[in-house]
Amino acid sequence: MLARRIIPCLDVRDGKVVKGVKFRNHEIIGDIVPLAEKYAQQGADELVFYDITASSDQRVVDKSWVSRIAQVIDIPFCVAGGIKTVEDAGRILEMGADKISVNSPALADPNLITQLHDTYGQQCVVVGIDSYFNEENRQYQVYQFTGDESRTQLTGWQTADWVSEVQQRGAGEIVLNCMNQDGVRQGYDIAQLKMIRDLCKVPLIASGGAGEKSHFSEVFEQADVDGALAASVFHKGVIPIPELKDYLRDANIAIRD
Amino acid sequence: MTIHKTSQNIVVVNTGCANISSVKFALERLNVSVSVSDDLDTISKADKVFLPGVGSANAAMASIEKKQLKECIQSLSQPVIGVCLGMQLMVDQSEEGLDSNTHCLGLIPGTVKRMQVGDLRLPHMGWNTVTPVGDSPLFSGIPAGTYFYFVHSYAVDVYQHTLASCEYGYPFSAALHKDNFFGVQFHPERSGDAGAKLLENFVNL
Repeated sequence: MLARRIIPCLDVRDGKVVKGVKFRNHEIIGDIVPLAEKYAQQGADELVFYDITASSDQRVVDKSWVSRIAQVIDIPFCVAGGIKTVEDAGRILEMGADKISVNSPALADPNLITQLHDTYGQQCVVVGIDSYFNEENRQYQVYQFTGDESRTQLTGWQTADWVSEVQQRGAGEIVLNCMNQDGVRQGYDIAQLKMIRDLCKVPLIASGGAGEKSHFSEVFEQADVDGALAASVFHKGVIPIPELKDYLRDANIAIRD
Repeated sequence: MTIHKTSQNIVVVNTGCANISSVKFALERLNVSVSVSDDLDTISKADKVFLPGVGSANAAMASIEKKQLKECIQSLSQPVIGVCLGMQLMVDQSEEGLDSNTHCLGLIPGTVKRMQVGDLRLPHMGWNTVTPVGDSPLFSGIPAGTYFYFVHSYAVDVYQHTLASCEYGYPFSAALHKDNFFGVQFHPERSGDAGAKLLENFVNL
């Protein structure tokens, strides 16, 4: 049976792994390669590296760490951040990444998703979506440039519409980052993920809000997501991955040995 | 991990596809020296040959034909293993094509078809359990129920050349074998210890 995936997310800035709360106040967690190796050994099913500075400033970002990771890691990994063109994506894939994830550049030019699909195949095209629940109009709305607080902006997309659009254009997987929950460890946004799950015919990864082991079992059981992504609970040792996987197995959730 | 034949000449065929470096790195983690090549002579003289591939069947076959590698690969008599799309290229044809079916290498009879998974999601992406059929040295020490990493939307049905099966909405071939040609639908280079064991088995064939 296909296992549900546990996916540590490593936010990368200047070659270091960092983590902020609600996308802000980033603190350094450690070096990329040793952290990636540690998670792979502990039983992570996949890793995501978000270069959080890349989309929001204009400089060329050094991505040589991608091939260093590919050399030591024997589980799949995805690289996100700063991939604006088909050529950018090609370089990351050649360095050994299994998937590339696009977010802000896809909002600026949705045709990028189509081009990535046509050039490299659906299987390596992930679309990240930063979705915020607006209390006033009771709508889920898509935000852009969330890596930099000063440039973060609301887009014209409602989350459900953007989810449909990116699938039509050839996304192979969607990571839904629920911004209201990010970094505050109060649980995944089950209501939103359930709503998106119904529209999403490709694998869906939940992101934002993990704080306890039960949050993972809830999101798998109630929102039927394919994977659950988390950062701070793993980086800070709040939830050791082997312990989490044992817990989920005991809850009869399909988890890789 | 134990490699018995460390002095072998292992060649990864440069198909022009994207997962070449991850296959190369996985072999290097086993302390096997490996070269990546699209030179006909180098490929023909290799002890073992890897045929990697991601992307679409028509694009990959176009690249193989452009590099004039088709006859070379068809003439190989040493052990050859295709990985993911590389496996799919080994059969007669694939339903994945721009306008019509793509003619593949014809090393193993069979057809690659779009997966019929009902309400399940495609691509079939993630870790799934694999069940070897019979005793094959490729799956030596790998028990039924071992997890491997898959990413694909097309597959070969279970048939006489199936070496291992997997289930996602229906049973399909996780591995194929005919004569000196082996293929795996999953990514051993991204399948942790189990994948390393399978690569080790292939190198030790």
